[in-house]
Amino acid sequence: MSATMTDGLSKGTTGPMTRDTTALAAPRRDFGWLAAPITGALGLAAFWLFPEDLGLMTRIAATALYVLSLDLVLGYCGIATLGHAAMFGTGAYAAGIAAVHLVNDPLVLLLIGGAAGGVMALVTGGLILHARGLTLLMLTIAVTQIVQEVANKARDWTGGSDGLSGVDPAPLLGLFRFDMFGRTSYLFAVAVLVVGMVAARRIVRSPFGLACRGVKEDPLRISALGGSPRAYLVTMYAVAGIFAGVAGALTAVSSGIVGLDSVSFSWSAEALVMLVLGGTGRLYGAVIGTVAFMTVHHILAATDPFHWMLFIGLFLMGIVLFLPGGIASGGERLRALLARKGEGDQA
Amino acid sequence: METMFGIAVDGVAYGMILFIISVGLSVTLGLMRVVNLAHGAFAMVGGYVASYAAQSFGLPYAAALLVAVLLTVLATLPLEKLLYRRIYGHANELSQVLLTIGLTFVIVASVNYLFGPSLKRIPLPDLLLGTVSLGPKSIPTHRAFVIAAGAVTLLGLWWLLERTDFGIRLRAAVDDPAMAAALGIRTERLYMATFALGTGLAALGGVLGAELLPLEPYYAIRYIVLFLAVVAVGGAGSIFGSAAAALALGITDTAGKYLIPNFGEFFFYAALILILFRWPHGFFKGKMA
Repeated sequence: MSATMTDGLSKGTTGPMTRDTTALAAPRRDFGWLAAPITGALGLAAFWLFPEDLGLMTRIAATALYVLSLDLVLGYCGIATLGHAAMFGTGAYAAGIAAVHLVNDPLVLLLIGGAAGGVMALVTGGLILHARGLTLLMLTIAVTQIVQEVANKARDWTGGSDGLSGVDPAPLLGLFRFDMFGRTSYLFAVAVLVVGMVAARRIVRSPFGLACRGVKEDPLRISALGGSPRAYLVTMYAVAGIFAGVAGALTAVSSGIVGLDSVSFSWSAEALVMLVLGGTGRLYGAVIGTVAFMTVHHILAATDPFHWMLFIGLFLMGIVLFLPGGIASGGERLRALLARKGEGDQA
Repeated sequence: METMFGIAVDGVAYGMILFIISVGLSVTLGLMRVVNLAHGAFAMVGGYVASYAAQSFGLPYAAALLVAVLLTVLATLPLEKLLYRRIYGHANELSQVLLTIGLTFVIVASVNYLFGPSLKRIPLPDLLLGTVSLGPKSIPTHRAFVIAAGAVTLLGLWWLLERTDFGIRLRAAVDDPAMAAALGIRTERLYMATFALGTGLAALGGVLGAELLPLEPYYAIRYIVLFLAVVAVGGAGSIFGSAAAALALGITDTAGKYLIPNFGEFFFYAALILILFRWPHGFFKGKMA
């Protein structure tokens, strides 16, 4: 049931041309479940292939989880937000402060980060999700700026603009120490990302996830069916907040520092850019987009940050104009094109 | 008392700059429904052109201002035709945000490449340097000039929209684009003219406000949130709404910086959230003037 459902939805995005009767007779299988194992396998492969770049790859894995959480909000609820860093930063600071003052077990720190991000999302989501469009964009930006301002002023707790340092996590499960080469950090980050992908997939395929998609497509109809669109949105916003908080905590644990830039407007905007590069509404698009964005960023920004801005700006404009579904939709478009060609040959 | 007066003058001048830049954004948002994040970049381009014209060619302030506005409009008109026309309309919010962020990045990188990363100044003429006395008080001439320019812009726009043929067509197209087109209003040309008006105002504000919003390549990203805030609070497409919002936010921000400097931005954004919570569609939703 759910396989045909998602198939119908993904076909709907590729245009009316492909919505033919043959597809209904023989539903194409949904290969989305492969994304998490493939990510895990590629992550392990990268561990052996690029042992010099573990630091960068750890950041990529944590960021992928953050972008994934944005996909829950944007891709499945249709909430355009420029303030997702508020949850990421809250999670990162909560985990960082807890690590300095209270506990240093990495898994507990992730839980704390997730809880903080979730509460932040629940409170702010309840306040702002009645708005739409530009007003909502402004509200999300304003929330992020206020969180950043608070983090900046609470110097005693957060270190202000110097950043919070001294996060020194205990060995993972009491067994694996966080070594100076970042091997444990990296494998830990990949493991958390894979678990996050599996969990996110469960959530979006659950009745609740489908209801959220329904709100995105047609809120009026959902309320006619007896659901409360706003309750669904706020709940999903909070769930995404938990994911973002975990991602923030993961960054804090693996890098040992938390900076003000983790709650910045530009970090929110970058998440949006990465997600759209990869493609919204399919979860693995978030991972593809993050890997592509951060790898190119690493190469180009090393020479001159403005080269990077020029490149990403042009790339972004190209995506919007020529490939609205993002990188992940490229394959689907190609497949649709080939299928159409095949039909033409037969006719 | 002295502080109150300072806050009032600086706040109003700052608000007027915000108004001049943001009202262009507001009008394009009201008519074409496009969230143009590159609007700040257009203001920045105006400022840079004026600075270059004044410093490298020795043009007087007024001439540099004129050149900046004209060149910015000429440079951005092709963008309307090539890029913006594809993303007009309600349904494209995300595409609009992304395309215009991309455009902003490209402009920031280009400006840095052409003019370098350092702070640029637009030398003020002697006429604007001193102070004017206003009864017992005196205020800097530049601030007075900015306030006057803002007031003139406000009146000029009101006249343009309420009293001219162009304004009638524009208001018709805002209310119902399809009906306006059916009645023979050439909406495409109207969109182009409005876009030109918006970027021209952005450039004007960028030049006039160079003293308050310093020109550097990250200008486009740093201040766009401010301009969007004005539009969101004022209500898209409303001129008096933009003016009221710009003055309110300008004075709030200035007062916050004067009185509680440690919490600079905090007050601004707290006020923004409260206002948007009470008036989710802005002060003057749907009223053109």
